[in-house]
Amino acid sequence: MRSRLPVVLVLPAIAGLAFLLVPLAGLLIKAPWATLPSQLFSAEVGQALRLSLICASLATVVCLVLGVPLAWLLARSDLPGRGVLRALVTVPLVLPPVVGGVALLLVLGRRGIVGQHLDQWFGISLPFTTAGVVLAEAFVAMPFLVISVEGALRAADPRYEEAAATLGASRWLTFRRVTLPSVMPGVIAGTVLCWARALGEFGATITFAGNFPGRTTTMPLAVYLALETDPDAAIVLSIVLLLVSVAVLAGLRDKWISGPS
Amino acid sequence: MKRVLAVAALLLAGCGSPAPAQTGVSGNVTVFAAASLTESFRKLGEEFETANPGTKVTFNFAGSSALAQQINQGAPADVFASAAPANMKQVTDTKAVTATPTTFARNTLQIAVPEGNPGKITGLADFAKADLKIALCAEQVPCGAASKKVFEAAKITAAPDTLEQDVKAVLTKVSLGEVDAALVYRTDVKAAGDKVEGKDFTEASNAVNDYPIAALDKAPNAAAAKAFLDYVLSDKGKRVLSEAGFAAP
Repeated sequence: MRSRLPVVLVLPAIAGLAFLLVPLAGLLIKAPWATLPSQLFSAEVGQALRLSLICASLATVVCLVLGVPLAWLLARSDLPGRGVLRALVTVPLVLPPVVGGVALLLVLGRRGIVGQHLDQWFGISLPFTTAGVVLAEAFVAMPFLVISVEGALRAADPRYEEAAATLGASRWLTFRRVTLPSVMPGVIAGTVLCWARALGEFGATITFAGNFPGRTTTMPLAVYLALETDPDAAIVLSIVLLLVSVAVLAGLRDKWISGPS
Repeated sequence: MKRVLAVAALLLAGCGSPAPAQTGVSGNVTVFAAASLTESFRKLGEEFETANPGTKVTFNFAGSSALAQQINQGAPADVFASAAPANMKQVTDTKAVTATPTTFARNTLQIAVPEGNPGKITGLADFAKADLKIALCAEQVPCGAASKKVFEAAKITAAPDTLEQDVKAVLTKVSLGEVDAALVYRTDVKAAGDKVEGKDFTEASNAVNDYPIAALDKAPNAAAAKAFLDYVLSDKGKRVLSEAGFAAP
């Protein structure tokens, strides 16, 4: 039997929705719609958009490859100091992204702790490259993936894994065939969050990878610089980024996410 | 609710009318100033408060274009000091300022290299070398526009690795040694300390940046706004600015 929705929940919920959507509506209302098509198909916007999509996707792959095992370690192992480790993983979430970018420079920059050896031994220099953009985005976005996968793992019933083990499955086989499928919704939710965060990344990217068209200028960087001289163009660029990300997320939802809705 | 408002109004009224100082100005004066003026204007503000007891200078330092937009959206500023005439024009166009702005300082570009000059930079021509790491300001911000002018005048095609969003971001890259050379303002090199060395170059005279200042028409504290403006333009103000590396107009 359904009872009436409690007002104490509904009112703040509506206020919350308005709080999130009204600024978005403001962007749409103030948009110079006449110039939208020409902006959308201009070479610079196409270049920045393509770079954004490629880098965010590569960063998400990096996060998946490193983040899922990390989440598993945090949820399933009996490592000492796991609580501290879990708190440390969330550091990039609270760190201002610009500081994250400076930290990356101090470690991976040309004179960085690790970066100077990369430069001397292999001739690899990461700042000001597309690889640098991917790294900066992955650094900022990975906690989103780790936290959602770890949450899903902790909520999952470990007895299935134990049953698999009693049937003779190795831990790696159990992970692949039992654990991973059971936490798939959490992995997908984490992946989507991670990708979205990477797509909007600004501070760490511009600090670590700099800004050069075609190489490191992603959409958020293009928006920021457009704001300096032409606020209308910045609004248009923001809407382009919004439309594309909403389209991708909605498309993914239909194709991959068949959770209860 | 009404009572709360009444009390708030009383408090506000109380704040607005402390005992008048000798100069006749008092109260809060809000100054919107370009980020490159941070160090020098803080000092000027302190001196102004000492010279005019009862006044309090509040600063909002940011990029000139962001400040111009805030003013045009109705931010309650008394004085606007811009790093470029173009941004001052944004506020005179909307009639937020109808008085003629006064140029109070000039800034020129300087080559900035990390301590010890690892890239062995000798002049502007080195900026065309592809194997060196070079940082410039993006064309959209004043220092980038000035850099572009300088390279055009010198007929040099620069090969930058990054076009940064503001002059301080460029300076960070230099002080961390991530780039071999950059073009920034002379005042920024001075403010950066030992980690950055500055090198003058002759072509810099092609892009001298004027800093205009003006009081806003809707200044909440017009008397103090004028007093602060006069102070910036006075000999004392000029001295502080020249110590920071600015040239006199």
